[in-house]
Amino acid sequence: MKFTAEIDIMPRPELLDPQGKAVMLGLEHLGLNQVADVRIGKHIRLNLEAENEQAAQEKVEQACKKLLANLIMESYTFELTPA
Amino acid sequence: MKFGVVIFPGSNCDQDVIQVLERVSNKPVARLWHKDHDLQSCDFIVLPGGFSYGDYLRSGAIARFSPIMQEVIGHANKGGYVMGICNGFQILTEAGLLPGALLRNTEQKFICRNVHIRPETTDLLPTRRLEKGKAYQVPIAHGEGRFYADADTLQRIKDQDQVMFRYCNSHAAIAPDTNCNGSIESIAGISNEGRNVFGMMPHPERAADPDLGNMDGLLIFESLLEAVPA
Repeated sequence: MKFTAEIDIMPRPELLDPQGKAVMLGLEHLGLNQVADVRIGKHIRLNLEAENEQAAQEKVEQACKKLLANLIMESYTFELTPA
Repeated sequence: MKFGVVIFPGSNCDQDVIQVLERVSNKPVARLWHKDHDLQSCDFIVLPGGFSYGDYLRSGAIARFSPIMQEVIGHANKGGYVMGICNGFQILTEAGLLPGALLRNTEQKFICRNVHIRPETTDLLPTRRLEKGKAYQVPIAHGEGRFYADADTLQRIKDQDQVMFRYCNSHAAIAPDTNCNGSIESIAGISNEGRNVFGMMPHPERAADPDLGNMDGLLIFESLLEAVPA
């Protein structure tokens, strides 16, 4: 079966995100003062093949834990859909 | 002591380190290609600075899975010496050989300039010939060098005397403006618990040649020779 995983990786909430801070400043200059916080992460899309949904889930978990996210500084979430 | 320097696609400080190590050790230094599986019986492995794999995803994240890293990890786990400079430090944290992580500099900018660092212990091989309480001028060149570890990990690092260097001013004093990249507690370099794996963001190999007008980094490489068993 073919699956698509849509993965979001975000910096951990306790860590300063200088990129988000800089963008927030830009938004203020744009006149959008209502924006309270900006955090910038990554979005990764994987197309993969697996025997079933659970196997696909495990593969994506492994990809996230071992390479795509560094759990010391980032957390991840993903959605898996049959392609 | 036989030194080996790993060359990843995107390494750019490998020649500098090789030159310095050949000069201080008076022996040829092995060039270890990232696709090889052979450490050529080196005792001391250096992961040099640069932008391995374009620093894609996170600095050091992809290099950590290079074929030769299996051997480097095995070597370190057996107590063999490994040292990472700049990108090498990032690779070692990604590989789990050193605690913590290196985040984007607080100021968002790539910083390339001379800074001062002071050794926090002389009980680590690279700092053995250095003086505590003295500032050494060594350049940095990184965008992601903000050392971070969670509170428990940081406490462990400090309790076990694993902090190798802190950023400071020319009088070896630490002030808010001497912490160039926002590292936690101004940490510029650390070791692992076993005291055989070292990582530092500053580039001592760029301060080890009389022609460059700064020799402060040379002492770090000379310190490494103290481990020579024969």
